[in-house]
Amino acid sequence: MKDRLAASYWLHESHFAAVSNALVTDRRRKAIERFEAEGFPTVRHEDWKYTNLKKVLKEDYALYSPFDAQDDAEPLEFKDIKRFLVNDIDCYRVVFINGRYSSWLSETTHSGFDVCTLGSAWKKYAHHIEPHFGQLTEDLGALVQLNTALAWDGLYVRVPNGVTLDKPIQALYFTTGDQPIFNQTRSLIILGENAQAEIIERHQSLTTAQSWTNAVDEVFMGAGARMHWVKLQHDEASAALTQHSVVHQKQDSHATVHTISTDGKFLRNNLDFKLAESGAEARMFGLSLADGKQLMDHHTRVDHLAPHCTSHENYKGLFDGESNGVFNGQIHVHVDAQKTLAFQQNDNLVLNEKAAIDTKPQLEIFADDVKCSHGCTVGQLNEDALFYLRARGIKEKEARALLMVAFAHDAVADIQHPSLQAKLNRLIGKKLGVKNFGFAL
Amino acid sequence: MIEIVNLHASVDGQAILKGINLTMGAGEVHAMMGPNGSGKSTLSNVIAGREDYEITKGDILFNGESILELAPEERAHLGLFLSFQYPVEIPGVSVSNFIKTALNEMRKARGEEPLDASSMLKKMREKMDLLEMDKGFLSRSLNEGFSGGEKKRNEIFQMAMLEPKLAILDETDSGLDIDALRIVANGVNALRSSENAFMVITHYQRLLDYIVPDYVHVLLNGKIVKSGDKSLALELEERGYDWIKKEQA
Repeated sequence: MKDRLAASYWLHESHFAAVSNALVTDRRRKAIERFEAEGFPTVRHEDWKYTNLKKVLKEDYALYSPFDAQDDAEPLEFKDIKRFLVNDIDCYRVVFINGRYSSWLSETTHSGFDVCTLGSAWKKYAHHIEPHFGQLTEDLGALVQLNTALAWDGLYVRVPNGVTLDKPIQALYFTTGDQPIFNQTRSLIILGENAQAEIIERHQSLTTAQSWTNAVDEVFMGAGARMHWVKLQHDEASAALTQHSVVHQKQDSHATVHTISTDGKFLRNNLDFKLAESGAEARMFGLSLADGKQLMDHHTRVDHLAPHCTSHENYKGLFDGESNGVFNGQIHVHVDAQKTLAFQQNDNLVLNEKAAIDTKPQLEIFADDVKCSHGCTVGQLNEDALFYLRARGIKEKEARALLMVAFAHDAVADIQHPSLQAKLNRLIGKKLGVKNFGFAL
Repeated sequence: MIEIVNLHASVDGQAILKGINLTMGAGEVHAMMGPNGSGKSTLSNVIAGREDYEITKGDILFNGESILELAPEERAHLGLFLSFQYPVEIPGVSVSNFIKTALNEMRKARGEEPLDASSMLKKMREKMDLLEMDKGFLSRSLNEGFSGGEKKRNEIFQMAMLEPKLAILDETDSGLDIDALRIVANGVNALRSSENAFMVITHYQRLLDYIVPDYVHVLLNGKIVKSGDKSLALELEERGYDWIKKEQA
């Protein structure tokens, strides 16, 4: 497949080049050359030691280029996707089907700020794209390079200085059709000084055919900007997602990312923050609820590059069945980053002897006046707590569920929208099988 | 109400209870005293149905029926309540949600309709007033960050809500200052009736000044070795346990 992907790039390079200047084209070319040289990561790579991509690579995926004629034989209609929306919130909506932008399902805007697809922005907003695209991803691994080379559609957001979006953005990525399919999606989000945006993102397969989405996101936050990003990973058992998101933060900007993973075959999340100027704050929360043969992998990295920055990280995992979890949390405190506050916690419950989690905090601190803490736990449900609940008349099954929900609760407690919070609680409740129990979530 | 017959229990093969015999009737308060390691907490856990203990001999009858085969929740549904010596902290579950769940589970098990929200709230308010508790308490995570006194008061609050037939208070007085002790004791006294019974496990006579027992038992090395009225507690306070140990030897 490596050769097919590379061939697809070389075949279409002139199309890519036609919408961008030489700098961007050069970044694509360097990226494909690196992908060709390195190939897909294997378990021999330190970063992929516990996450074997082989399982995903074995399918015979169809590859579509953005320059192929689109097959509109059975286009999706709004009713097909309605149930995957967070309905109660009035949102901008940017919808993609098999990696391609769907204008008829989307509600975009260019009034005061831009919320649209990157595919329509390459030429029109070249002056914004050129200084940003690929600038945070140069040093990243082969999957990211592949994405950079083939990047076309995905969420494009640009908010000028001082503007707050009047409503959240929902980015929805659907896969459909009878054939296994491999999609690249690419987002570019540029928030000016004191700009504010909220993003809700969901990848959703509408078919039982195998699918793999390789997503890369670059986010640039100006001084004082604020962003809240919720990633909802509640996909079909046939769907794989590899996603690498990088957030670059200037002075006093605040970013919060929630990654809520309940379903999907194979989930590899990379989330990186670069705290480049003083006062920047990054908060990340994750919840993995895995069972069956699911794999849920979180790799996070925070670079504290400047003094007085804060990072706060809290990831929770519940692993049942034969599922596997991976958590790798890197925190790099660079030489100049005095007065850094970095907090990291990863707690896991393993509910079945065939389930496993590999968790590894990784702190590298080169400044001497910092406060950093990290902790990880792997355990079973607390038997004392279980007895306590049962002694109060709560049945064993419900007591277990109540403890699991309580354990998971932290991960979504911070989400402000009541309707989104309620939706997440419903998904968590459904996954943990507590739907019909007497307690409120 | 409850009849404990020649009860033997062990944990990891080690015998802890070695033949407990005790009968408690409705309307009675029994104090269970004894030095550390005599088996007091084991007795309360075994009655409540903790599965870590193996019952090697004997029986526990509740209203004439053996409860040894029942799960902890089934015992709770019959009207058994244990106020824990060390209440467990459960982050993410609010006090009000927990009590609501527990009370409605009880009602369901007894074939009653769940209590509607306003009746539930009214009842909670009533019981909180009784225990001089702050309203903000309901929305806090169960026992998380509670002081020792708050945890114990929360236990008694749950007891007041669930209205058990037999309540076992396992060292409810430990960790309480004198004001909290008075409030908790007042709460217990307000709930006393001819329909229910209390087993008060304590190290100290002090609590028994407030909750006056009908009977006092001394547990030593897994057996009740002495029983008497409230004057026995006073004597223990004065003389310690050594004289009883000597009597036994």
